[in-house]
Amino acid sequence: MVQYLTLAAILFSIGLFGVITRRNTIGILMSLELMFNAANINLVTFNKFIAPETLTGQMFAIFVVVVAAAEATVGLAIVLLVYRNWRGISTDNFSILKW
Amino acid sequence: MNEAANPGIVFWVLSAIILVTGFMVVSLKNIFHCAIALVLCLSGVAGIFVLLGAEFLAGAQVLIYVGAVAILMIFGVMLTSNLAGKKIIATTSNAMVAFFATVLFGGGTIVTIFMTDVWRYSSESLPIDNVMFIGKLLMTEFMLPFEVVSVLLLAAMIGAIVLARDEES
Amino acid sequence: MTENAYLIPLLPFIGFVMIVFALRWKEKVAAGFSIAMILSSWVFSIIVLIETIGRDGAPYEAFFYITSFDTLNFEIGILIDSLTAMMLIVVSTVASCVQIYSLGYMKDDPRFSRFFAYLSLFCFSMLGLVIANNFFMIFIFWELVGLTSYLLIGFWFEKKSASDAGKKAFITTRIGDLGMIVGLLLIAGGCGTFNYNEIFSSVAAGTLSPTMLTTGLIFLFAGAVGKSAQFPLHVWLPDAMEGPTPVSALIHAATMVVAGVYLVARAMPLFESSATASMVVAIIGITTSVMAASIGLVQNDIKRVLAYSTVSQLGYMIMALGLYGYDTAMGEHSPGYYAGTFHLMTHAFFKALLFLGAGSVIHAVHTNNIQEMGGLLPKMKITAWTFMIASLSISGIFPFAGFWSKDEIVATASTHPVFMFFTLAVAFMTAFYMWRLCFLTFWGKPRDQHRFDHAHESPRSMSWPLAFLGILAVGAGWVGMPWLKAGFASFVYSGEAYKPHADYMLMGVSTVVAVSGIGLAWLMYAKQVISPDKMVARFKPIHKLLLNKYYFDEIYDFIIIRPVLAFGRYMWTFDARIVDGLVNGVAWLVMIWSDIKMWFDKWIIDGAVNGAGWVISSTSSLLRLVQTGAVQFYALFILASIVILAVVKYEVVYNDVSWPVLSIILLAGLYLLSLVSKSVAEKAKTAAAATATDSGEEEK
Repeated sequence: MVQYLTLAAILFSIGLFGVITRRNTIGILMSLELMFNAANINLVTFNKFIAPETLTGQMFAIFVVVVAAAEATVGLAIVLLVYRNWRGISTDNFSILKW
Repeated sequence: MNEAANPGIVFWVLSAIILVTGFMVVSLKNIFHCAIALVLCLSGVAGIFVLLGAEFLAGAQVLIYVGAVAILMIFGVMLTSNLAGKKIIATTSNAMVAFFATVLFGGGTIVTIFMTDVWRYSSESLPIDNVMFIGKLLMTEFMLPFEVVSVLLLAAMIGAIVLARDEES
Repeated sequence: MTENAYLIPLLPFIGFVMIVFALRWKEKVAAGFSIAMILSSWVFSIIVLIETIGRDGAPYEAFFYITSFDTLNFEIGILIDSLTAMMLIVVSTVASCVQIYSLGYMKDDPRFSRFFAYLSLFCFSMLGLVIANNFFMIFIFWELVGLTSYLLIGFWFEKKSASDAGKKAFITTRIGDLGMIVGLLLIAGGCGTFNYNEIFSSVAAGTLSPTMLTTGLIFLFAGAVGKSAQFPLHVWLPDAMEGPTPVSALIHAATMVVAGVYLVARAMPLFESSATASMVVAIIGITTSVMAASIGLVQNDIKRVLAYSTVSQLGYMIMALGLYGYDTAMGEHSPGYYAGTFHLMTHAFFKALLFLGAGSVIHAVHTNNIQEMGGLLPKMKITAWTFMIASLSISGIFPFAGFWSKDEIVATASTHPVFMFFTLAVAFMTAFYMWRLCFLTFWGKPRDQHRFDHAHESPRSMSWPLAFLGILAVGAGWVGMPWLKAGFASFVYSGEAYKPHADYMLMGVSTVVAVSGIGLAWLMYAKQVISPDKMVARFKPIHKLLLNKYYFDEIYDFIIIRPVLAFGRYMWTFDARIVDGLVNGVAWLVMIWSDIKMWFDKWIIDGAVNGAGWVISSTSSLLRLVQTGAVQFYALFILASIVILAVVKYEVVYNDVSWPVLSIILLAGLYLLSLVSKSVAEKAKTAAAATATDSGEEEK
């Protein structure tokens, strides 16, 4: 089981790294998907090894997928807005909320 | 418990695919390549789901993320087209710090995982017909979350439309 | 009426208050109110006199308030006896005449209503002084009359000589007042009361030792010396003539200056017990009298002649009282008391008349110098005749008022040859200088034609009081004719009433002396048989001495004023050097100290405050770098924080690492983050600038 968890941990870290470092907003969204998937892997893993009889972990994973979809929808809409306002989707464009 | 202790060769292959493509997603400069890598990565995750006995989830994963990634690709192409010809800086300036921080974070997590030695493994096995079981659960035990999530999706959709609507038209 | 006698002084006080607070802008109303008040007082005084005569002079005493400090009683009350009743009449009569006279005399003065306010205040003070039943009240009113005298002498304070004269009068009389208060405290403190009768009975019972009594009386007499302008404190009275003439008539001839005489008369039961004090009083009196009369011989200022005459006559009264006290102490009968008080009354009338007449003359010719007058008789009939009546009266010519009273004074002195000689000499000099004045002013040819042409009789408000006083100057003495069964002598007396008897020898002598004085004046100034200039040439040193008033002012200047000024200068130097030095030194020390404090404030306190501010602002300028605006940086920050907290938690839980180490780790983490954020911020800034440029270009 620890192998699955380790995989999820590494995948999550990769996603996190992406979220922090990507300039491209769409890239950030992609990295977020990676993190969601890492979480899903964890949920499913625990479902299989700790509490297989109720399938609660898988149900949670399904909901996570749904929430991720909703997140992606809103995220993409925001990206569109950013693009309209700044003619670009780099995060440098909207770092004006400071000091 | 054999499965828990030793996941088998398929897991290692899938893991390698997932990690490599995942790293490509966050590090490639071309957003189109990133999207392709993401597809591979998510497919790998779907494979992991199958390994873990979540066939429905694996299917949903493939279906949803194929659509999602397709749209991402369209957007990526559409919105980055005017950047063509310019030097693309894919990562922010704090990449090194972020790298160390994530390594520490991941390392810490992994260390924690390996130091935890009291996993309460279950002796039960998963239900055989995974899909039917999930369907039953959704209609009974998880009825309320199911409906709430539906509303959430609807709200997200309307919100996205409102946000993305062109003011002039 | 006697029960309500307190109204007599109170009415003028009401007048004063009303003028000051309500009527000051309505001059005519103010003057009318003031006169109405004093006339009411006059009427009441007459009623009181009649009632007192009806009581056969028995004293009436009323207390209004008594309090005591330790063993000394203070009280407010009135005492009406024959002396008080007489004084009330004198004061209110003269005051009424003077106030009416002032209507005309002060007509064009810009401070008309103020003048009447002062006059009312003076009347209140003077009437209060004579009606008081104890020495404490008398002292208070004594000071009040001094104050009003000062105010009225300096009434035309624009004139430096007037304001100087006011100050001189005030200060000189204060010297006497100091003696008075010492004497009062010696006597009243010894007896435990201020009340006249209690003191008298206490002294009669022998409470005070003779030495104590004599000392106290001499000190008390110092007050009278100051107020009644006796030698050696007489110098203020001639200068006080700088005041308006009605003031001179009222205050400096008829009433206030006789307060000293009144005081001696009032304290006569005490003087009767001390021959020494009485003799001092008599000697001071005759000295003053001779000195002032001799000065009066040569003065040319009409008011100054009258002022010296006043001093001289006051000396007469004082001498008579002193001789009475001495004789009584020696166990002999003497007419002195009655002579002194009688002369006080007649003198008040004819001297007030003389002053008012002089005022009338001055009003007409606008000068005080008798050498510039002359021949005014046809032009100012009422003034001239009343003035000459008063002159006859003061000279002691039968049957004018002065004859009767002066005769009694001569009778008093007749048992003391030295006093007798000087008394007659003064009588001679008085007759001479008064008639010198009359002849120079009213007779002969005008010596200043211009002034003569402008001369005119004064208005009725001025001439009627003259006429009224003229009647008194003739008739006031008749109450004291020695042939009367119940005359003045049987009314005003101390101890035992004196039975006057007509001494035709003395009458003849004094008449001869007076007539010879008048005759000499007539020869010199009317007939001009004897040239005054030749007389001056013959007695040149004496003339010079008299003209300079025995150099009293110069002597005082040399003995007192200069040393005082020198002392003052010395004290000023002391002040400037030592006191100011001390003060400045203290100030300097304070300044140094405050400099130190300022330095401390500036660098330590402000330093601490500013330092705190600086620390906060620099820390926050460092910390605000964290707020980069880059969303991903926030994510990184959260991540880094989680990592650091995890490490800390791990260290604490598993390795038991001490807190300083953890703090260092935390600080290092923060520092790292701030460095990162700084670079992030800079890059973001440049990127934003680039974007701005881009967008700007696109807009073009």
